[in-house]
Amino acid sequence: MPGPATKSARILVFSTEKISDPAIDMAGLLKLHYPPTVYTIAVPCSAGIKPRWILHAYEKGFDGVFIAADGTDCSYGDSCTDRTGRLVYQTHELMKQKNIEPARLRMAAICSICSESFVKQIKSFNEYLLRNSIN
Amino acid sequence: MNRKIGVYICHCGGNISDYVDVEKVKQAVVNDDGVFLAKTTMFACGDANQKEMVEDIRNNGLDGVIVASCSPKLHLLTFRAVSERAGLNKYNYVHANIREQVSWAHSDNKAGATDKAIQIVKSAIAKVRLAEPLMPFRFPAVKAVAIAGGGISGMRAALGLSDMGCPVYLIEKSPFFGGRTSQWDVLYTSGQTGGQMVSELYGELLKRENVKLLTGAEIISGSGNIGDFKLKVRVTPRYVPENCNGDKLNESIAACPVELPDEFNFNLTKRKAIYRNHPGQFPQTAVIDMTSCTRCGECEKICPEIDLSQEEEIIDINAGSVLVATGFDPYTPADGEFGYGLSDRVITLPEFKRLIELNDSGLVHKGRRVRKIAYIYCVGSRQPEGDNKYCSRYCCTSVIHSAIQAKKKFGDITGYHFTRGIRTYGKQELLYAESLKGGEIYLQSYEDDPPVVEVNENSLKVRINDILTGIREVSVEPDLVVLVTGMVPRADNSVGALFKLPKGRDSFFNEIHMKLRPVETVIDGIIICGACQGPKNITESVNSALSAAVKSFSLVNRGELEMEPIVATIDEETCEWCGACYEACPFDAIRKTVKGTREIAEINNSVCKGCGICLPVCPVDAIELTAYSNREIESMIDALAGSYPIMTTK
Repeated sequence: MPGPATKSARILVFSTEKISDPAIDMAGLLKLHYPPTVYTIAVPCSAGIKPRWILHAYEKGFDGVFIAADGTDCSYGDSCTDRTGRLVYQTHELMKQKNIEPARLRMAAICSICSESFVKQIKSFNEYLLRNSIN
Repeated sequence: MNRKIGVYICHCGGNISDYVDVEKVKQAVVNDDGVFLAKTTMFACGDANQKEMVEDIRNNGLDGVIVASCSPKLHLLTFRAVSERAGLNKYNYVHANIREQVSWAHSDNKAGATDKAIQIVKSAIAKVRLAEPLMPFRFPAVKAVAIAGGGISGMRAALGLSDMGCPVYLIEKSPFFGGRTSQWDVLYTSGQTGGQMVSELYGELLKRENVKLLTGAEIISGSGNIGDFKLKVRVTPRYVPENCNGDKLNESIAACPVELPDEFNFNLTKRKAIYRNHPGQFPQTAVIDMTSCTRCGECEKICPEIDLSQEEEIIDINAGSVLVATGFDPYTPADGEFGYGLSDRVITLPEFKRLIELNDSGLVHKGRRVRKIAYIYCVGSRQPEGDNKYCSRYCCTSVIHSAIQAKKKFGDITGYHFTRGIRTYGKQELLYAESLKGGEIYLQSYEDDPPVVEVNENSLKVRINDILTGIREVSVEPDLVVLVTGMVPRADNSVGALFKLPKGRDSFFNEIHMKLRPVETVIDGIIICGACQGPKNITESVNSALSAAVKSFSLVNRGELEMEPIVATIDEETCEWCGACYEACPFDAIRKTVKGTREIAEINNSVCKGCGICLPVCPVDAIELTAYSNREIESMIDALAGSYPIMTTK
C-alpha cells in the first residue's frame, strides 16, 4: 500500500472520549490540517493508559506517541493531570531501558475546545520526530 | 472472536467521499479476516441504509458491525440501536470516525486521507473481532429526586419534576427558600422583583403534594448509587412557631439583645438573633439563629410559644437521583483591591443593589448623599492572573440595569462606567442602548492597564487611560465607587465534597460536556444546574434547571436503570493485592477480598465508573477494562501501524 504523498512521522494519539477527542473532532470541523499519519485511539481517561500499550506502539513502528490528556477538565476528578504525568514518567523510564528516546512520548492537556492547540502540538511533534529520524 | 463482520463506509453526501476514496477503502478491507461483507453508502444514517443494515445482519447472521462515518458523538447510539433492532448485541458494534478525523482534517491530502481511512477501518475491524456481547447492568431505581439548594434553580427544578409526577425533596440549608434571587429588586427583562418571582414559585410548590420542603436542612451524609441514594439530612428547628407573629413577634425581636450584620443585605444593616424573613424569602415565618442566640430567654417572655428546647432532627431520604443546585457566592474583593476595605465608600455590586432598595427618597450611603457613582467592571472576573479568568456573564447587564434603576428612583445620579468592554449579549444589548441614551458615561481600559482608585481622607478619585478617547487619562471624583463583582463558587463545598463532584478549572462543578451533556456529571445520578456549574443569569439558571429536572426524571421514571457495562475487571490469578489500585481509585470502587487463602482486589461494579485509572498502577498488570483490554487496544495498534514502511527514529 502506498504511503502518504508528503513524508510525515507516524504518531499514535491516545485521546479521551469526553474531553480531548471532541477537540480533535473539532480540528477536523475547522479544517485545521495536520499530518494524515496521525491516528487516534480514544480511551475513557488519559490516566488509564497502560505503559505497555505505548511501548507496543513503538514496537509496531510508530515514531511517536502523543497523549492528549484530559487535564484539569477531566470529569473523573482533578487528580487526572498528576496521574497521567506519573504514567508518562513511568513509561519514559521503561523507554530508556529499551533504548527508545523518551522524547518520542509527549503529553499535553487538550481540553474539549483546544483544537488549535492540538494541531500546533502535533505539528511540532511531527517536526521533532522528522528532524530526529535516521533514515 | 467474531467472524462474520459487516462494514459500511459512508460517503456522507460528499463530506467524506470528496476527500476519501471510499471505494478504495472498501476494496482494502473486503477481504480482511472475518469481513463477510463491505458496502459503501451515501448516507449511513439514512432510513434506507439503516433498514438495509438490519436485513444484512438478520439475513447473514452478522456477529460484528462497523460503520465508518462521522464522529461517534453523533451516531454511535444510532447504529447501536440499528444493531439491537436486528437482534445483534449493541456492544458488537464499533464506530469508525473517518469524517472529523480524516476527510475534514486532511482535505488537503486526499491520498493521505484515504490511506488513513483504510487503517482506521482496519483498526475497527480488529476491535470488533474481539468484541463480546455485553449486557447493560440493570437495577431498580427509586422514583424520587432530592434537590440540594432552594434558590431559583432548585425551586424551578422541583416544580418541573413535580409536574412530571416525580416525588421531590427540596433541601435548603438556610432557613428560607429563594436564594440570591430573593435579594434582587426589579429584574430585567420581566420587570418583576426577585421576591415576586420567588413568591410565585413558592406558592406553586406549596400546592404540590409530591414536594417535601425542608429548610434549615443540611445533607450530612450520602451513600448508595444512581437509582438508590441514601441521604441523611440534619434539620435545624426554627424555634419560632407560626402563631408567634404580628406585634408580639416584633416585640420579641426588639427585646433580643444580640445584634449582628444582616447577610441578606450584605451587612449594610443589622439583624437580631431572632429575625423574620425579608419580603422575598419563604416561608414567611421567623427563626432564631442559634449560632448567635445566647438563650437569654427575653423573647420567650414576650412570646411563650417560642420553644428554645426544640432539637435538631436527622431524617433519612431515599432518592434515585440527586440534583445539585447550590448556587454561587458573589466575589469578595481583596483588601485594597480598587480601594475595597480602605474606604467605606467603595462597595460591591450586590451591596449597591441592596442599597438602592433600602433607600427611598434619595440615595444615601453612610449618611452621605450619593450623586456621582464610578462603576468599575470585571472585578473578580476576567483576571489576567489568578483563578478567575472567566467572565461572570451577568454583571455587565446587572450593573447597567442597576444604574438605570438608581437613576429612575433617585433622579439626580450620574454614572461613570469604567469597563473592559461591554458584554450585554442578546436582548440585554437594548439595556445598554437605554443607558447610553440616558447619559451614562462609558470609558474603557485594557486588562493590563486597569483603572486606579485613589482613596483620600475625604474624597475618592478614579483614573483611567481611556482607550475610547485615544488612551487619554480621564479622572472622576465620585461619591461612591461600585465594584462590579462577579460570581465565584460557593465557599461551602459540603455537597460537592460529599458526592465527590469534579470541578473544572474555574472551580465550579464540572458537567460531562458543556454542549452535549450539560447537566450530567461523571457521578452517575448526580445532576447539576444553575450557577453552581458556572456563572449564569436567572434565565440561564432556569433553563439549566429544567434541563436537569428532565434528566433526573429520565433516570428514575422507569423504576429501572441501565448502565454501560464498562468496568474494571481483576485477574484473580495474577492479583497479589498491593493496594495500589485501591489507592488510585477516585470512587472507592475497589476493596480487598479473600479468595481461598489469597488476598486480592475486588471491583464493585455498581460504583466503578469505567475510567481505567486503576489500570496503569497495577504492578502485575492484573486489571483490564471492559472493551479496552490489552488484546483490543494492541490489536487496534497493530492495525493502525500496519501499512506504512518503518521510518526508524532514534
